[in-house]
Amino acid sequence: MNDSVYDGLLGGDSSQWAFGTDFEDPLAGVDTSVPAGIDAAELAAYCLMLGDDTLVLSQRLSEWCSRAPELEEDIALANMALDLLGQARLLLARAAAADPACVPSLPAGSPVPDEDALAFFRDAGQFRNVRMAEVPNGDFAHVVVRLLLFSNARLAILSRLRDSADAVLAAVAAKGVKELTYHRDWAGRWFVTCAQGTEESRRRLIDALGMLWPLYDELFAAHPVERSLAAAGAGVDPETVRAEADVVLDQVFAVADVPRPPLVGVRGRTGRDGLHTEALSLMLAEMQVVARAHPSGRW
Amino acid sequence: MTTTPMPPTEAALQASFDATIAHHDRIEPRDWMPEGYRKTLIRQIAQHAHSEIIGMQPEGNWISRAPSLRRKAILLAKVQDEAGHGLYLYSACETLGVSRAELVELLLAGKQKYSSIFNYPTLSYADVGTIGWLVDGAAICNQVPLCRTSYGPYGRAMIRICKEESFHQRQGYELLMTMMRGTDEQRAMVQESVDRFWWPSLMMFGPPDDASPNSEQSMAWGVKRNSNDELRQKFVDMTVPQAEALGVTLPDPDLRWNAERGHHDFGEPDWAELTAVIRGNGPCNAQRMAHRRAAHENGAWVREAATAFAARTAQEAQR
Repeated sequence: MNDSVYDGLLGGDSSQWAFGTDFEDPLAGVDTSVPAGIDAAELAAYCLMLGDDTLVLSQRLSEWCSRAPELEEDIALANMALDLLGQARLLLARAAAADPACVPSLPAGSPVPDEDALAFFRDAGQFRNVRMAEVPNGDFAHVVVRLLLFSNARLAILSRLRDSADAVLAAVAAKGVKELTYHRDWAGRWFVTCAQGTEESRRRLIDALGMLWPLYDELFAAHPVERSLAAAGAGVDPETVRAEADVVLDQVFAVADVPRPPLVGVRGRTGRDGLHTEALSLMLAEMQVVARAHPSGRW
Repeated sequence: MTTTPMPPTEAALQASFDATIAHHDRIEPRDWMPEGYRKTLIRQIAQHAHSEIIGMQPEGNWISRAPSLRRKAILLAKVQDEAGHGLYLYSACETLGVSRAELVELLLAGKQKYSSIFNYPTLSYADVGTIGWLVDGAAICNQVPLCRTSYGPYGRAMIRICKEESFHQRQGYELLMTMMRGTDEQRAMVQESVDRFWWPSLMMFGPPDDASPNSEQSMAWGVKRNSNDELRQKFVDMTVPQAEALGVTLPDPDLRWNAERGHHDFGEPDWAELTAVIRGNGPCNAQRMAHRRAAHENGAWVREAATAFAARTAQEAQR
């Protein structure tokens, strides 16, 4: 370590820095042709569903930054937000590559990449994420419960998606399985700790479960696009992993000695149809404000 | 007959300490050290750790609004690094016999300080770049000499921190460079941000040498290796060509090359402003402390739950 690190800012060899140019396109060098027998528009819609889940939940997790109960948990939450953001970038880029028609149009010559056009220039009704991902943050018990419920379901889906006929989705899933395994482990440990810690922590955990449980059923409600992609061997029908996910969840509930609430799903159309809670458009208003003010901006 | 070895006298311990310092060797946690040295180090390392933690806020302010997914990932990872730096530094400080919890209490009680730069607001996305370039740049100038500081755990923590900080500086400069290649509005945003952060960055080196109360003893102990004014000059000399390459103007009419000195001459920062910010009257002092206090208090039940759960688990393991 010497002073020359600072001197090296101007010119010199930029290959030593990770933030060079190749980080800009998340799918650089990847074959993104759509396999035979798969409808490109459906594949794109499916990638948006999974990608919006991770983008929106990542945004909620990142709101915890500098607010966690201990530094170690601040770092852990940022890690999980970064994992989900990384998945979102790949999935949105995959959607755009499969079906360029799904990308919002921007002023001619705009340098905004497709993944950002999708993230920052769609309105709430065009987002396809499950509502579990978008509801506002609560206390620490809330983020623990949300992560446990979401990561347990998503891990089951990604485990199967590793065999997707679409090589890009299979690769995203392979990477995601490692990440989601950690998320579920982190959430499971804190779920038990809160349940078995103090009276207050147990009360807060059960309150958070009460808030989030009505959105649990939606994690497994199959949209026609999911069914169709599953039939073509490229996607996973979430209904088919419900039992497997339940087994794990029941184990965590048993260790925590928390009774599993009866299943009540929120009725009507779901996030996959573009029907959201009031929270999403507020969240997007904040997330998209700078990007939308500079539709020809270079970042 | 057995003999008990006599414990070394205070004078002998002091002589051994002085010799270590004179040889530019490291003092380690189990070595004897003068109380004043221990206190100075605790003050300095704690202030540094607190700065990392409070410093998460101004940039964290823009994570939710980062204008591209790539920039969001970079910024979140960067702010996460600051939390990591806080962790190493609190750990280094714990080797001096004080706990992280105690240090956090001292910060929240206003009895320990953090870097005054974080009491300035971040008002546009360009500030993320400017903080990386100027604020992290100034921090690196201050911190690189600390890699050779006399206290071992602090010096070793600083080596790792400096590597990451130089990476942060690079990303800030790269963001500004990219924005300067963008639209007119983006270029104006960069210039406006540099105008706001230039003087506060110069103040990061502390008051002028003749008004720096702790400097002399810290230099003698090898805790500090260069004077405030030396480092400030070095920073200005390094930054001027970078500003030119970027295409921004540094807001100082007195800034010019002095061939005789081989350095840039520059104007005097507003020291009254620095004093006011240090005393708590900067634009964001109250906000930064309220944010940290809220996070600490909102997390109290979680820390209590973890402690209670660990105690219960240990008890069950004994049965």
